[in-house]
Amino acid sequence: MSITSILSIALGAILVENFILVKFLGICPFMGVSKKMDTALGMGLAVVFVMGLASIFTWLVNEYLLVPLGLAYMQTVAYILVIAALVQFVEMFLRKTIPTLYEALGIYLPLITTNCAVLGVALLNTQNGYNFIESVVYGITGGLGFTVAIVLFASVRERLEFAEYPEAFEGFPIALVSAGLISLAFMGFSGLRVW
Amino acid sequence: MNIRKQFKDGLITQNPVLVQLLGMCSVLAITTTLFNGIGMGVSVTVILICSNVVISLLRKVIPQNIRIAAYIVVIAGFVTMVDLLIQAFLPDLSDSLGVFIPLIVVNCIILGRAEAFASKNSIAASAIDGLAQGIGYTVVLIIMCVIRELLGNGTFGGGILNGGLGIRIIPEGYPAMLLVLPFGGFLTLGVLIAFVQWALKRSETRGKKTEEVAK
Repeated sequence: MSITSILSIALGAILVENFILVKFLGICPFMGVSKKMDTALGMGLAVVFVMGLASIFTWLVNEYLLVPLGLAYMQTVAYILVIAALVQFVEMFLRKTIPTLYEALGIYLPLITTNCAVLGVALLNTQNGYNFIESVVYGITGGLGFTVAIVLFASVRERLEFAEYPEAFEGFPIALVSAGLISLAFMGFSGLRVW
Repeated sequence: MNIRKQFKDGLITQNPVLVQLLGMCSVLAITTTLFNGIGMGVSVTVILICSNVVISLLRKVIPQNIRIAAYIVVIAGFVTMVDLLIQAFLPDLSDSLGVFIPLIVVNCIILGRAEAFASKNSIAASAIDGLAQGIGYTVVLIIMCVIRELLGNGTFGGGILNGGLGIRIIPEGYPAMLLVLPFGGFLTLGVLIAFVQWALKRSETRGKKTEEVAK
């Protein structure tokens, strides 16, 4: 493992293989909480936090619990339980210790349990055979990629309010089409390799 | 219990994807060949029926406070079973759907039906609701697959017909590759939902007009 492999994982997770726009993980919150810039940013940061922690804990659970006991086939069940418990603990911990952060992230935390990007990152870590550091980097940068996409999308959506489009496209469809255009822009990154 | 209404809800008026806007991730991600679409649709339908039945069965036992966690465990159990069965009997499907089979656990359709329907209704009604919603989801997947595969790849029935290659309808070189890429997923679904909104609104105004005439 070298620094370049870590950097290429990070670059891949943020730009080339962006979780939302290329991998289609986490579309529900992407569509649901992207109406305003600041809520989108809050959601993004909460996701970075939980994805990082989820990568750490699911890696530990997989390495020291599931594999030694020969229970690797129970991965999905174990991971979703770890994530649900984790989100619950993070919520309680933040409420006690950092109330300001809790108030900022509060409403987004419970939603994250059913965010497929979080379970997705845990499953992909295992599937790709990442070691501990690679998993954590992939989790955090995957979350950053999510944040980049959702903040960009929120700023586009704020402009959409003043745009004219056919009546049938009102609401969700026009949002999907604009998300498609952003994803088209992100395709420009495919094949990007700096190292 | 009104079976006809349940099916009409699942397929059109309360279609999980086109009207309730749930389960977007898998709809956008895997609808590139007909084989993927049918495989995913059938898996979700089976899991939805099973989880609806079990949750309806346990609806008086599960405590209110931890119900979401309990639902997720039930769903995850069924997803694991389906995942292992697909890996064993349809390895090709397992390869092409990849991480999206275990991700059925967090597909909002299943949790949504558990919360909105199965936790309040009888076992038989929940089973039918699962079937109706599952078919509604599968139909959307198949429509998306057919459009994207035909326009993006120029073929029909990829993964199943003609030894997995699909039947070529548009000659090579003409199809717009763009539609099989992520962009095509967003665009196709957006246009599809716009069409459904237009059609529902039209039938609504027509219904109003006939009512007025009747008066």
